[in-house]
Amino acid sequence: MTGKDLLRALSGGKGVSGYESDLVPLLSQSFAPLADEIKEDSLGNLVMLRRGTGSEPRSKIMLAAHMDEIGLVITGYEPGGFLRFANIGGIDDRVLLAQEVIVHGRKDLVGVIGAKPPHIQEPDEQDKTVKMNDLFIDVGLDDETVKQLVEIGDMATIAQQPVELQNQRHAGKALDDRAGVVVMQLCLEILSKLSHSADVYAVATVQEEVGLRGAVVSTYGIVPDIGIAIDVGHGDIPGVPAYDTLPLGKGPGIAYGPQVHPKLYQRLTELAKEWSVPYNVEPSTSPAGTDAYAIQITQHGIPTALISLPLRYMHTAVETLDWSDLEAAARLLALFICSVDSEFVEGLQCF
Amino acid sequence: MLLARLSEAAGVSGQEDEVRNLIKAELEKLGVSYKTDALGNVLAYKPGRKGGTTVMAAAHMDEVGLMVVGVEDSGLLRFKPVGGIDRRVLVAKQVLVGPDRVPGVIGSKPIHLQKRNERNTPLQWQELYIDIGAKDKAEAEKLAPLGTAVIFATSFKQLSDDIVMGKAFDDRVGCSVLLELLKEDYDCSLVCAFTVQEEVGLRGAGPAAYSADPDLALVIEGTTASDVPGVPEHGHATSVGKGPALTIMDRTSIPARPLVEKLRQVALEENIPIQYRRATTGGTDAGKIHLTKGGIPVAGVSVPCRYIHSPASVASLGDIEKTVRLVKGFLRREC
Amino acid sequence: MQEMIKSLSELYGPAGREEAVAAYIRDVMSPLADEVYTDTMGSVVAVKRGSANGKKIMLAAHMDEIGVMITDIDEQGFLRFSNIGGISPFTLIGQRAEFADGTIGVFGFEKLDDIKDLKLNKMYIDIGAGSREEAIAKVNIGDSAVIHKECIIQGQRVIGKAMDDRVGCAVLIETARRLNNSPHEVYFVFTTQEEVGLRGARTAAYSIDPDYGIAVDVTLTGDTPEAHRMAVSLGKGAAVKVKDASVIAHPMVKDLLVSTAKAKGIPYQMEVLERGGTDAGSIHLIRSGVPTGAVSVPCRYIHTPGEMVDLGDVTACVDLLAGVLEEPWE
Repeated sequence: MTGKDLLRALSGGKGVSGYESDLVPLLSQSFAPLADEIKEDSLGNLVMLRRGTGSEPRSKIMLAAHMDEIGLVITGYEPGGFLRFANIGGIDDRVLLAQEVIVHGRKDLVGVIGAKPPHIQEPDEQDKTVKMNDLFIDVGLDDETVKQLVEIGDMATIAQQPVELQNQRHAGKALDDRAGVVVMQLCLEILSKLSHSADVYAVATVQEEVGLRGAVVSTYGIVPDIGIAIDVGHGDIPGVPAYDTLPLGKGPGIAYGPQVHPKLYQRLTELAKEWSVPYNVEPSTSPAGTDAYAIQITQHGIPTALISLPLRYMHTAVETLDWSDLEAAARLLALFICSVDSEFVEGLQCF
Repeated sequence: MLLARLSEAAGVSGQEDEVRNLIKAELEKLGVSYKTDALGNVLAYKPGRKGGTTVMAAAHMDEVGLMVVGVEDSGLLRFKPVGGIDRRVLVAKQVLVGPDRVPGVIGSKPIHLQKRNERNTPLQWQELYIDIGAKDKAEAEKLAPLGTAVIFATSFKQLSDDIVMGKAFDDRVGCSVLLELLKEDYDCSLVCAFTVQEEVGLRGAGPAAYSADPDLALVIEGTTASDVPGVPEHGHATSVGKGPALTIMDRTSIPARPLVEKLRQVALEENIPIQYRRATTGGTDAGKIHLTKGGIPVAGVSVPCRYIHSPASVASLGDIEKTVRLVKGFLRREC
Repeated sequence: MQEMIKSLSELYGPAGREEAVAAYIRDVMSPLADEVYTDTMGSVVAVKRGSANGKKIMLAAHMDEIGVMITDIDEQGFLRFSNIGGISPFTLIGQRAEFADGTIGVFGFEKLDDIKDLKLNKMYIDIGAGSREEAIAKVNIGDSAVIHKECIIQGQRVIGKAMDDRVGCAVLIETARRLNNSPHEVYFVFTTQEEVGLRGARTAAYSIDPDYGIAVDVTLTGDTPEAHRMAVSLGKGAAVKVKDASVIAHPMVKDLLVSTAKAKGIPYQMEVLERGGTDAGSIHLIRSGVPTGAVSVPCRYIHTPGEMVDLGDVTACVDLLAGVLEEPWE
């Protein structure tokens, strides 16, 4: 599967942090024509290697996009067959009310997140957020059946199929950061028609949403010469200053900040200008928040860059992005990879 | 004075170039070999006469500062902090923007236009901006593109025989101590790590320790001194002028007891006054170093500095000199 | 086993000062293991070699407990302190402090208009010294203290300080005693500095480089009046961790624990811990990743001197670990 089909399939797929393995068959199949070697590491990161044409030892470029999504975990039962739950990753309590979900028990059960109805709430209650603690999942089954089918610790995901809006804009869940995974595939596709001397490790990482954990261990296993994280950045929305967001449809953000090697930033922006790839500079004052943070401080330290895909409504069921930004990001990455030679790699250690 | 040049050099976390270049030049003068790594750490190597133990001494080059994150149509610059800065100290300060040191001032709404209750509320980041005098957005963007680092425009000054004032004593005092250590030969091998990005999460020290792979490490810091009015004595983390401060524990590490004991012993034998850092808050590069690989014993020695993370900190030259003596004494006893 | 839990509970061992606990454990583990050593960070590692082509499996329980560290000694000999790990000032009211050399003090606090304003920096320890000099003869800045508390065994329940995680240490020791025909090379690791950031487990795991990890620690319960909602109860068996703030248990390890418990009829419950971390959080991120799970002893009143565990749960944890270590892993 490729392109928008892959984006849609990934968005609809399930893979809460720590439980990403359901996505592996789809990804392995989709990347197989583009990769020389595909393997899972011990925490489930999917490492897809496309060899370069340079003479050995070849430089190693790691691309990282995380495949996990935020989700819910079942924490207990309530009489009547209701299920209590907690979050995995950062979730705004307010977006959960009346949300359809799928509980991944012994079999997948469709459910809806319910709470005390507004009709019987006190007037002042209606002005308050309903806390996750007071929410529950209703799967429409009796106590006994629920306990047979669902165990405490089972995961649940938002039930939402992606939708295409106007102008190649797509909305759905888990585009953070499966859109990044799609960019890696688009990039490898472009590379398959070009010549690149470095080996490319496209890594679909796990457990980013709970602490960049997959990137920590996958980078240790690969020890790349260059690491580039592809993640999402906040898209432009009313009420948020323009300098805190990236406009949709104007190309990816190229991050600049402590977690970004200055020479990688320079090369990326120069290539974007030279080849007319649209982009925006994304200044970041803190290095935290993406896989780049973990990659950079692995072992002796790894030169790292970060490409951000503009995305609105992050961590909701309607994350929205512009397809052209994915294409631009993939093109920029491919141009970059083709430009890397051993001299450039050696220069990254010189300050 | 070397400390003056170190203090005035720009080195906001991630953009430590000026400080690094200054340190590299000093190392070349001293004839000490060094390398840089992928993050921009500088590792200077001084092989030992006997060369059994390898001791790493670490000090961070970076300082807290500001970053340009947006440019208004008017040419005013929006900024955000890099590292922990109390935003209340920023209003009406002079700053230097970018590698070309473009002068600027931090402006805010004047008192005349404020409502009465506004005066009691600290200004938010979005209410502050930097004015470099640019006449429009285009000119501002040329002088201060997004991501440009901004430092406080503080000149180093000697206030008395012993007391100096300047920015970024946290941790340029540590850098100056390291450069002094490298002037002597020891039986043990010494690796001086001038690290990057300490202020944004102790980022450089881990890779530096991974490369240096020492047997033990000492972290040299400019630490907070709170011997000021309004703080009860038991709240004085350290006091300026009372000698180097030994770490007892902080948020990121508990020092190795044998090392602390040895430092105490050295101080006793060489008649160097010491104090304890009587606070357990804050973190240092020790947090990353001691957890590297299978574990590295680490202790922390700090020069007390008042008003760190602000445009002007205050420290004692005597404390710095005693810190050098203490650490040299320690190194002379390693083999 | 009961006596061992009591002895372990009463030992002095705040994070960073675990020597007494380490000495006790080295003594007990020496006859039970093929090799026992202490690593750079002070963790005690006891290795029991396997019989066949087994895996290298690391079990971890932490020796350290929460405590306080002295930061200042005033003219009158009163000691000011800061916390080591998560400790509430309200827990300290009326308690005694114990130092490494056995010196005892009591916790006091300054006059407050409202007890809600109580913070650690309003508190002090009084060891009965009349002056700074007299105090320094016994206690110095940088010294640590723990709460002094006797451990009580009452029926099936054990009440004491530092059940977190000395009961885990006891579970590891008992598991080592029980384990006779494991194909695996099992590393029983008694870690340091868990309470201040899962530190000892990290460096130990790096050096050991295991194939799999299991942390053994205590977990919260939801079975007390008006408690935070949580489906773990005292006396209902070993808790198999699904997640906490530091780790999502590897599904393979979690499933193996559950299937072993079911097959052997060992009482167990599933643990979803919303706050707090365990050594598993460090172990699973070492090198290129270590699939890691955790077995927890349900414990009420964690981080108080009244931590309460159930002996049946402790036995279930030992049964489960001994059982799972006899299984072939993958």
